[in-house]
Amino acid sequence: MNFTINVWRQSGPEAKGRIETYPVSGISDHMSFLEMIDVLNEQLINQDIEPVVFDHDCREGICGSCSMFINGEAHGPGRSITTCQLHMREFKDGETITIEPFRAKAFPIIKDLMVDRSSLDRIIQSGGFVSVNTAGKQPDANAIPIEKADADAAFDAATCIGCGACVATCKNASAMLFVGAKVSQFALLPQGKIEAEDRVLNMVNQMDLEGFGNCTNTGACEVECPKGISLETIARMNREFLSASLSSK
Amino acid sequence: MLDSKIPKGALADKWTDYKSSVPLVSPANKRAIEIIVIGTGLAGSSAAASLAELGYKVKAFCFQDSPRRAHSIAAQGGINAAKNYQNDGDSVHRLFYDTIKGGDYRSREANVHRLAECSTDIIDQCVAQGVPFAREYGGLLDNRSFGGVQVSRTFYAKGQTGQQLLLGAYSALSRQVAKGNVTMHTRHEMVELVKVDGKARGIIARDLVSGELERHSGHAVLLCTGGYSNVFFLSTNAMMSNVTAAWKAHRKGAYMANPCFTQIHPTCIPVSGESQSKLTLMSESLRNDGRIWVPKHKKDAEAIRSGKLKATDLKEADRDYYLERRYPAFGNLVPRDVASRAAKERCDEGYGVNATGQAVYLDFAAAFMRYGQEEANVKGINNPSQDELRSMGEKVIENKYGNLFQMYEKITADNPYQTPMMIFPAVHYTMGGMWVDYDLMTTVPGLFALGEANFSDHGANRLGASALMQGLADGYFVIPYTIGNFLSQDIRTGAIATDSPEFVEAEQVARDRMEAFLNNKGTQSVDSFHKALGKIMWAKCGMARNAEDLKSAAAEIRELRDSFYKNVRVTGTMNSMNPELDKAGRVADFMELGELMCMDALAREESCGGHFRTEYQSEDGEALRQDDSMTFVSAWEFKGNDPGKATLHKEDLAFESVELKTRSYK
Amino acid sequence: MAATRGLFGSSLARKYWMALTGLFLSSFLIIHLIGNMPILFGDQEAFNLYAAFMTSFPPIKAVSYLLYGSILLHAIDGIFLMRQNKVARPEAYVSYNGKANATWASRNMGLLGIFTLLFLIIHMRSFWYEMHFGHVPTMDIEGAQVKDLYTMTIEAFHQLWYVILYVVCMIMLGFHLSHGMSSAFQTLGLNHPKYTPAIEKAGRYFAWIMALGFAIIPAYVYLQHLTA
Repeated sequence: MNFTINVWRQSGPEAKGRIETYPVSGISDHMSFLEMIDVLNEQLINQDIEPVVFDHDCREGICGSCSMFINGEAHGPGRSITTCQLHMREFKDGETITIEPFRAKAFPIIKDLMVDRSSLDRIIQSGGFVSVNTAGKQPDANAIPIEKADADAAFDAATCIGCGACVATCKNASAMLFVGAKVSQFALLPQGKIEAEDRVLNMVNQMDLEGFGNCTNTGACEVECPKGISLETIARMNREFLSASLSSK
Repeated sequence: MLDSKIPKGALADKWTDYKSSVPLVSPANKRAIEIIVIGTGLAGSSAAASLAELGYKVKAFCFQDSPRRAHSIAAQGGINAAKNYQNDGDSVHRLFYDTIKGGDYRSREANVHRLAECSTDIIDQCVAQGVPFAREYGGLLDNRSFGGVQVSRTFYAKGQTGQQLLLGAYSALSRQVAKGNVTMHTRHEMVELVKVDGKARGIIARDLVSGELERHSGHAVLLCTGGYSNVFFLSTNAMMSNVTAAWKAHRKGAYMANPCFTQIHPTCIPVSGESQSKLTLMSESLRNDGRIWVPKHKKDAEAIRSGKLKATDLKEADRDYYLERRYPAFGNLVPRDVASRAAKERCDEGYGVNATGQAVYLDFAAAFMRYGQEEANVKGINNPSQDELRSMGEKVIENKYGNLFQMYEKITADNPYQTPMMIFPAVHYTMGGMWVDYDLMTTVPGLFALGEANFSDHGANRLGASALMQGLADGYFVIPYTIGNFLSQDIRTGAIATDSPEFVEAEQVARDRMEAFLNNKGTQSVDSFHKALGKIMWAKCGMARNAEDLKSAAAEIRELRDSFYKNVRVTGTMNSMNPELDKAGRVADFMELGELMCMDALAREESCGGHFRTEYQSEDGEALRQDDSMTFVSAWEFKGNDPGKATLHKEDLAFESVELKTRSYK
Repeated sequence: MAATRGLFGSSLARKYWMALTGLFLSSFLIIHLIGNMPILFGDQEAFNLYAAFMTSFPPIKAVSYLLYGSILLHAIDGIFLMRQNKVARPEAYVSYNGKANATWASRNMGLLGIFTLLFLIIHMRSFWYEMHFGHVPTMDIEGAQVKDLYTMTIEAFHQLWYVILYVVCMIMLGFHLSHGMSSAFQTLGLNHPKYTPAIEKAGRYFAWIMALGFAIIPAYVYLQHLTA
């Protein structure tokens, strides 16, 4: 298969970026999208052009590193996948493919397709944890039974890989799904409930400080989320925040 | 002489006694002591969080954009703990024994026993942190069984246990970052170790964004940098997983132990083409319900390979469930090394499926029917049709392994509910690593290695669901005590200056190396050399090894290394984000490690665990250990700026509590 | 704990206010539509009595101030959110396939809202302003002098451009409500797998019943005028 690749090239955070067009050939349909980029980069190196910089690591859809905006969609066409799980069989031979970085004020571009998502880390630092000591003795793991439905729902929320596709795809560059997922995970578990009020207030506050947009409930984030995190998590965050705002001391 | 510093006393009391007698550092002194932690996987995140909580000043480094991306995140199946919640006869001793036996008697008793003791605390810790483990309807924690054992002691969170545990450790780390107790350096890679007065006192790190080289000092350095499976290029490790930090330490005096002990995981998705960049593992837990087979007749295998026959066309009688045939006691749940070798044996004999002939089937048809019948009984459905049973069974399987089935389908475009999965072994984990003593300290004072980066607990083969256990045990429960043994002598040292000649020199060495790459103006990409190295390693130092191949492999690697330094082309500049430059440094180190692995495999004249020397096998192809001559840990010392000149030190393994037996899973 | 901005100023609070005012305004639409129904039946008296009642009955007057406040808050808050959302992505995508994952209405709430606001201004200038401050002729109903808003309305709807403007704006309103109704529930945290699908459906029905109801009146009046 052959493709024409339109890819965003930007030499640094302050530099001006532009779309560059490269042909790429010799692609087989069972290659992953990132393997196609590998082939493209090999071609560029042979022409003594700096290869396209992009974040990637595990290449099995769990680390959350890969972050491309392909043909107008986060992680490209296809649902419940990351870019590394996108395969070239999803494209037509001869197609033109446009690749951009995730764009948001809170995700400044580092180089080419690589962006800085440390804003998500700072949101977690503001409250995405249970304040238990790690060096101590904890109660027995079975001391508090947890309803299976709650444990399962907490797990579903906890599967967020922090890739930022929700932000990238949202027309408002909002991080509500990311925050909602973490707030939900802990709100559903007895261990997390204890400091639920402070958590949701602090995390939402940090989210606002980072410059993410607001939520219009378009639902695009849920559709594009590689892990299928539900809009229900945003509703739960809304609920938690409302009650915390009304009742916090 | 290697001193492993194992405490005296009865095996079961060693750790307890050690904890109550190890020197402590007072809270006021801790505040003045800095610790550098490299890597933020399970071991690194948990260690950084725990040490910060104790009051030490921690500087943590990871090359990813966030600590949460470390490759521990990809572990699927679960984490072992001797909780005995299922009341099926589990105990600390049994977990210890299973791990020693699973490791084919090449690990250190005292370390393994400590690991088994800590295992139960890990589960308590994680639940308290809000890790959403799988639960039963009664609200209590669920367990499943894993390869190589006969009890259910594996705690899990669907097929994403590693993710949940890492996010737990990451949240603990984040909490300490927010408090200011940990300074987090993301997108930073350690490129040199700095020794002052013989002790590890700092590192040179490259800021991967700006390209700048930075000096960081500390009173101790912890390497939590994972394994080196990527020496094979194709492995289940993440693309950036590398040996560089460990190798730089090795070059400065830290011994590498058992480097040839690699684990080849039996259930991975087969290779599909030349441009493949990595392999994907399917959790071993699938072997609980899946049955592994190949066609009984070669003609059927050939017909399947050429696409004339489908797996589902083959009658029961024409299938060879070779694991159940060869190992009736454990069947499909034999340890990983045994399952991998058995798959290789069948494929080498010409029974492999897939177009390449390098794959076997993992079939869930029987499980669908079995679970379907169970569901029918529960729901009180009498005389269900075969289709009904199957579809109910599929639902049960989907609940257990849904994400794995989905993952398989995404990669192969093949529906595993309808046709059996195809799997083949792939490099997955390295049991070998930095030699450490009981304190987890390497042969360089002040330099510690935790998790997969060290060698200590898994011997020649790691059991499933034990890597997560070891990473967290080392980070949460072991290092917070053992580091005191070293740091208690450092309370008067004061801050370590970074303008000493040692730092200046280390930085210069790193800079020179990088500039040499950039000025080389060769013609071949870094990846092309990495792939070539991987091919040599897989062919000659992979699932089966022999003396002749290993010797020629070492020679080929030396040649490849020469060619690399002559012909590699590294684009870009020094002072900017430059992944090609980073990659070049990593591949350079893999090339040295590869040679050492071949030397180690050659020196280990026996077959044990993941290390199979074709010269040492029984008539029916089972591994033959040589306990009289080979019951030791090989620890290699780097010499003379040449990995080929490394010298071998031996740490004899003494077994006091277990009797060395031939592993039998028959 | 960091200083949080709670119910005033935080991103979520802005959404709560949007949802609450939106729902309140929607509830008014129902009353308004019922009140308009007499026009369809040519019931001049009933309509004028309704208009008089709405402008003079004290409790209704009080509620109407709440209504004006809600309109203002909904509009100002909405414009603020639009601005904030724009700032959150300073550099737009070269290629953005919005329709792949969200409805057109949900992606254009701001635009639809602005249209609705412009319509409201025209609408209120034409009727509300005239009714309150203009010179509307009166008629005698059972001895009382009541402003004849009915005749004024009928005459207004005899102009084609005005009718088209109304119908187009009502379609815009329909889209706005079709997303806005269920969105308000989601914003207030009222999401439940059991009820949310029903809320979404009811929201869409509500939206299009309102839009159709309000659009049919000018269209009907105009068509009657044509055939008369």
